[in-house]
Amino acid sequence: MSLKHDIEFTLNGVGKRVTVDVAMTALDMLRDVVGLTGTKYGCGEGECGACTIRVDGETRNSCLMFAVDFDGRDIVTIEGLAADPKADALREAFVEHGAVQCGFCTPGMVMQASHILDTNPNADAETIKRGIEGNLCRCTGYKKIVDAVESACCGGR
Amino acid sequence: MPDCTTNCVNEDILTMTIERYAAPQSLDEALGILQQGEVTILAGGTDLMPQTKAGRIAFKPTLMNIGRVAGLKGVSLDGAYLRIGALTTISELLRDPLVVQHAPVLAEACDQFASDQIRNAGTLGGNINNASPAGDTLVPLIVLDAEVELASKPNGSVTTRRLPLAEFFTGPGRTKRAANELLTAVRVPLPQPGHVARFYKFGTRPALDISTISIGIAGIKRDGALTDIRVAFGAVAPTPVRAPRTEAALEGRPLDAEAIAAAADTARDEVSPIDDVRATAWYRKELIHNMTRRMLDHVAKA
Ligand SMILES: Cc1cc2nc3c(=O)[nH]c(=O)nc-3n(C[C@H](O)[C@H](O)[C@H](O)COP(=O)(O)OP(=O)(O)OC[C@H]3O[C@@H](n4cnc5c(N)ncnc54)[C@H](O)[C@@H]3O)c2cc1C
Ligand code: FES
Ligand code: FES
Repeated sequence: MSLKHDIEFTLNGVGKRVTVDVAMTALDMLRDVVGLTGTKYGCGEGECGACTIRVDGETRNSCLMFAVDFDGRDIVTIEGLAADPKADALREAFVEHGAVQCGFCTPGMVMQASHILDTNPNADAETIKRGIEGNLCRCTGYKKIVDAVESACCGGR
Repeated sequence: MPDCTTNCVNEDILTMTIERYAAPQSLDEALGILQQGEVTILAGGTDLMPQTKAGRIAFKPTLMNIGRVAGLKGVSLDGAYLRIGALTTISELLRDPLVVQHAPVLAEACDQFASDQIRNAGTLGGNINNASPAGDTLVPLIVLDAEVELASKPNGSVTTRRLPLAEFFTGPGRTKRAANELLTAVRVPLPQPGHVARFYKFGTRPALDISTISIGIAGIKRDGALTDIRVAFGAVAPTPVRAPRTEAALEGRPLDAEAIAAAADTARDEVSPIDDVRATAWYRKELIHNMTRRMLDHVAKA
């Protein structure tokens, strides 16, 4: 039996109490314990960004985080962003620009894009490209994603 | 203990060894836990999570998350030093006004470090204690004469010692930190007038790539010559290394084409890298030679 630990945190604005295995990743907890499967498992090694979430406002790879480290923190996943009217412009921009193909990278990409725009509301294409360096997309070739984020930043906000 | 020296990926076996999880809020409490022995320290987890999952390292019976220890985060001025708390993240270093002003070469290295998500999680203390020969803050900090501060509580009261970072590493993943010590901060002397410092990282992608080689050069530039020279290389030896022969080839000499060519030749001879998936030893030596020369050219013209 592996050691369990009780944690309390805010998940998408709502208080949550969970008992987790101390060596479990935050990604496994979100998907398998809490049941929020919007956050994706791509590589499990911090390389692809499909598992990107917000932790106390900053984006992190949930596959590299210990679930126990959520204790006391403010967590936002793609499900939380989907319910946030402030992110409407960004979501619509992804649709309008065809920045989604298979969609596997999209939750992580949108989470990271929202972080880029929060830290730099006037981000230009170069800043956006640098900002999504940790997010891999096997389909779109990135151009449409960068265009979408750029239009959301100067248009919708 | 299971034998995990070869590719052991059975997570059940590895996690079974954790008997206690602690998330202390004060340094005193954290050092007390360390003093009891057999502790795995967790900061951002960006090295620890992949290493434990792959079975490259096994958990000790106590997993101690230091993320909530007060006072280990942030950058401040401390007399003639810049003091950087161990929990300061790479993202924080990159933007910190004191770092940008007094140690711009460190901010530059942090800008070439992984991705935004990893920089938001990864800490300076984690990068140093992971002790990878390719750790990207190590080379710039070594040429800045940084020292590490180690705290422990051997007999009820907290004691600290300081060690030059250049002497801290003993091998890949190995340092002079004793098991009961926590790295609390890094101290960087404030630069003297005329101080110049440069960092160069070579990887096949600009970021998100482990350095194939990295180079740090620092010194005081006066009348076209460099003095107090520090040259350090990453990813060419089991630890990041100072290059004393290259330093000696440059010290006090006018930084002309001849001196620069001689120093670059010395640098190539001085390193003995290995072949690995990222590059051959030969290629690494050529990179060291060519990039040392280019960096010195830039310093000479600046
Ligand atoms: C995809 C990816 C890309 C990466 N790219 C880079 C890169 O470009 N450059 C680079 O240098 N690194 C890179 N890394 C490695 C890693 O992100 C850094 O080394 C990071 O700084 C580690 O910090 P952490 O807080 O996450 O450490 P952790 O994983 O929490 O800890 C690392 C080690 O240090 C020990 N430790 C942590 N803090 C302390 C302390 N205060 N006192 C004593 N021991 C301590 C831990 O026990 C552990 O052994 C990358 C990693 C990944 C997964
Ligand atoms: S699954 Fe986390 S970065 Fe790929
Ligand atoms: S849309 Fe398929 S991976 Fe990005």
